[in-house]
Amino acid sequence: MNVWIAIGLTVVGCYAVKLAGLLVPAGALERPLVRRLAALLPVALLAALTAQQTFSTGSALVVDARAAGLAAAGLALLLRAPFLVVVAAAVVVTAGVRALGG
Amino acid sequence: MVTEPEIREVPASGERPRAAVVRDALGVGVAVGLSGFAFGVTAAGAGISTLQACVLSLLVFTGASQFALVGALAAGGNPFTAAAGAFFLGTRNAFYGLRLSQLLKLPRALRPLAAHWVIDETTAVALAQPDRKSARLGFTVTGLTLYVLWNLTTLLGALGAEAIGDTRAWGLDAAGPAVFLALLAPMLKTSTERAVAALALVLGLGFLPVLPAGVPVLIAALAAPVVLWMKGRRP
Repeated sequence: MNVWIAIGLTVVGCYAVKLAGLLVPAGALERPLVRRLAALLPVALLAALTAQQTFSTGSALVVDARAAGLAAAGLALLLRAPFLVVVAAAVVVTAGVRALGG
Repeated sequence: MVTEPEIREVPASGERPRAAVVRDALGVGVAVGLSGFAFGVTAAGAGISTLQACVLSLLVFTGASQFALVGALAAGGNPFTAAAGAFFLGTRNAFYGLRLSQLLKLPRALRPLAAHWVIDETTAVALAQPDRKSARLGFTVTGLTLYVLWNLTTLLGALGAEAIGDTRAWGLDAAGPAVFLALLAPMLKTSTERAVAALALVLGLGFLPVLPAGVPVLIAALAAPVVLWMKGRRP
């Protein structure tokens, strides 16, 4: 039951914030500062999420095989590899490093 | 293209060829859609039923929030704190919506429907397009492909969790950050964007050990106004 309560709250909350973004009146967004901020926020959030998902387990900071996987993804990006190859590089290298005991 | 913005072919009219937009959108939609498999497996490993995992993918449809919720429930969090963490992660979609409402200029009646697809990937593809028509096409194709595949692979992942064994051994936990990195890379065009990313990284990791799940990422979002404010002060 607890799980369903959590799911219900998450469904409602996550949809509400998505809709709120789309429904804000256009006039409120025409100020240059707001536009600049809205363009930079995804940069901040994606950077934080990338770092957190690579270097943490729960609330602990760790460096493990995922760091090698992310480095491989970064290298693939520099070499202009397609999206799927970038993700595959991360997964394969991470699995490989773990198989080697890393 | 999200991963190769410079070699985009822009004809004289300023519009991108539809095929190029669709190709980019499919690339992102397929790659990220397949990572629903990792979510299904993770959910099953956390003791979430297959039905619950599928309901999350169908009705929440924002990966980071789904992973956060499942992780918090697995760690024994109560339903309210678990949902709060997922909600905090989801609030970034409101900011994507702010950008998309200007860019796509969707009819009012369509907005409640389109809102469900306002996520990192659809935003990134739409923002990478040079004109509104391409942005709408990119948003729609990315959203549709990702939604269908994400839900399909969530189901397969949840059902197959026992067969696959240890998901970490397969490196599937590295797919999420790799996806985020691939979406972030083309956005790092100027020193301002790089400064925002660097500060967000420090804030996100710095507050992680001391604040509840989901909150550090919101604090990291403050990197955007902070960097703008500092730039504004510089003569």
